[in-house]
Amino acid sequence: MSEAGNGRRGALPPGVSRSQELRERLQGEGYLADEGLSTAIFLALKLGRPLFLEGEAGVGKTEVAKVLSRLLDTTLIRLQCYEGIDVNQAVYEWDYARQLLHIRTAEAFGAEEDRQRFEDELYTRQFLVSRPLLQAIEYEDSTPPVLLIDEVDLADDEFEAFLLEILSDFAITIPEIGTIHASRPPVAVLTSNRTREVHDALKRRCLYFYIDHPGLEREVDIVRLRVPGADERLARQVATAVQGLRSMDLYKPPGVAETLDWTEALVALGAKELDEALIEATLGSVVKYREDQQRALGAGLQLLTGTGGV
Amino acid sequence: MLRAAVTFGRLLRRAGLAAGPDRMVEFVRALEELDPDRREDVYWAGRVTLCSRREDLELYDRAFRAFWEGKEVRTLKRPKTRMSVSLADDSVQPPKKTVERNESGEEMVRLRYSPVDILRKKDFALYTSEEHAELNKLLADLKLSGALRRSRRLEPAPRGRHDPRRTLRGAMRTGGEPMRHRYRKARSRPRRVVMLCDISGSMASYSRVLLRFMHAGVISGERLEAFVLGTRLTRITRELATKHPDRALSEASEAVRDWSGGTRLGDTITEFVDRWGQRGMARGSVVVILSDGWDRGDVEVLAEQMMRLHRLAYKVIWVNPLKAAPGYRPIARGMAAALPYVHVFLSGHNFESLEELAWAIAGAASEREGGAR
Repeated sequence: MSEAGNGRRGALPPGVSRSQELRERLQGEGYLADEGLSTAIFLALKLGRPLFLEGEAGVGKTEVAKVLSRLLDTTLIRLQCYEGIDVNQAVYEWDYARQLLHIRTAEAFGAEEDRQRFEDELYTRQFLVSRPLLQAIEYEDSTPPVLLIDEVDLADDEFEAFLLEILSDFAITIPEIGTIHASRPPVAVLTSNRTREVHDALKRRCLYFYIDHPGLEREVDIVRLRVPGADERLARQVATAVQGLRSMDLYKPPGVAETLDWTEALVALGAKELDEALIEATLGSVVKYREDQQRALGAGLQLLTGTGGV
Repeated sequence: MLRAAVTFGRLLRRAGLAAGPDRMVEFVRALEELDPDRREDVYWAGRVTLCSRREDLELYDRAFRAFWEGKEVRTLKRPKTRMSVSLADDSVQPPKKTVERNESGEEMVRLRYSPVDILRKKDFALYTSEEHAELNKLLADLKLSGALRRSRRLEPAPRGRHDPRRTLRGAMRTGGEPMRHRYRKARSRPRRVVMLCDISGSMASYSRVLLRFMHAGVISGERLEAFVLGTRLTRITRELATKHPDRALSEASEAVRDWSGGTRLGDTITEFVDRWGQRGMARGSVVVILSDGWDRGDVEVLAEQMMRLHRLAYKVIWVNPLKAAPGYRPIARGMAAALPYVHVFLSGHNFESLEELAWAIAGAASEREGGAR
């Protein structure tokens, strides 16, 4: 547990000592966080704890890790989880081809005593291929990397066990070599869409934050910040329409990511204002199920343009 | 400050949050980094350190308000009493005392009064409370397991994908010459089973037993998810995970706020598919719905949702206790609408039919996805 002490040294960006300052810096990097999220990020950095972000698809969970790597001016190491992911794909793997070559070399040149040495060398660091998690632990640089473990709920529960050691002690144990500790623990961000409940033991090691869809005003601000080409009026109309869509009981309510896609599509079309024809032409960038599109169209487009009053 | 934090932690635990000592330490450390005099800071420090799932947030908010405003503290203690009231409300549930007394012995005596094979065929609605206690023992022996599905995990196999790691290990013994190649293939594991139990008033005679059945499934260690359908959807997998059946049931009933109300079957199933099913829980799994099909909502909605569920799930099993009645025909509008999208339609009114259900769930086991491909 003493190794976790490493994590206690905060990794805040220079010049930031309060969560409000962090919030401003995040905004400077193009990410609008509310007070809760910026406090959560602040604490994660300051206490050296992994940050566990949960929420609907497209609310900007992954974006947090990306913006943090920009803010801290460091590398982003990303591990995309999927069903069946295992140690060989996430942590490390032995380089079999090289090992085989090594044995052959021993065969060809080695005397009897040499061969023993060759065999001993077989399971040393030089034959180890590091995958994202090991890369993050071994990272040798003055600023620790940001480690993004994306959609951890998609991995199966067996895999969570590997994460436990990594996230609590920032260490990885390889049976043939020993335990490798991080000299500077990475800034870890985990995301989950809640396709299943992630085990408590894992969550207990993290700070937890649930990201909700933003309210109207904040969404307008996000659109303005991220799509500078959109003027105030368009941004507000798009945000209003998206809020309307979210209340429409769709299979897949649009997230902020869709709002931004949509605005970009509209700006690309040179739109200054949302009208029914434009919505019909671009609805596919914001609503992605056929049934949902029909529902949205059926509800009446004037509702979305804001002229019908939302 | 420390003392205040500890008191707050106790309050949270009473409200049902798992704010253990490790989390409390984290909370205090978080406070040190922030401004403990600012209420927002205290609020957020607690929220990120003491909550670990979305359902916690509401509990936390309530406890926070109660504690820091010094009001309403008492309302937080109330859920406990409300729980015991709701238990007593349900006439089918044996009074807690009876169960405890039964467990302290006397098995032989009661067996003579209700021979097991009669019990097996008797309709749950006609059970006496002693028979309910007896049933619990029967249920404890019931094995539940889902149909197999192919996992992405690999295991050693005589043929399949090449396994360099084991091949190399073998090659060491033969001087670096890989004489025997090793292979591995995808392992199969049981499919997830998702059970949705209707607890509306019309199901009252059966829902208790069906919940026991779900409990038996949850603690069997298989991948099983349990939900109840009332006026809204409640996930009770966690609550049922306690080994002790009575504690599990009372915890589950604590989580459920709407016992024996009306059902809007279509709406609650929509909620399930939206919030859980489509994101992955229902995909490729065996979905079991335990309901009499009475729906006070729009039947169209139910039909549409059943169609979605049918597309997502590997198998949809519908269990309707009314089916056992002589001359039963699915005339409840909800039932009629749902039936086209149901693979297996069972009765579930007595113990034998529950065994049948357990078989049906495990039965799909022999059908491996790999064969179909």
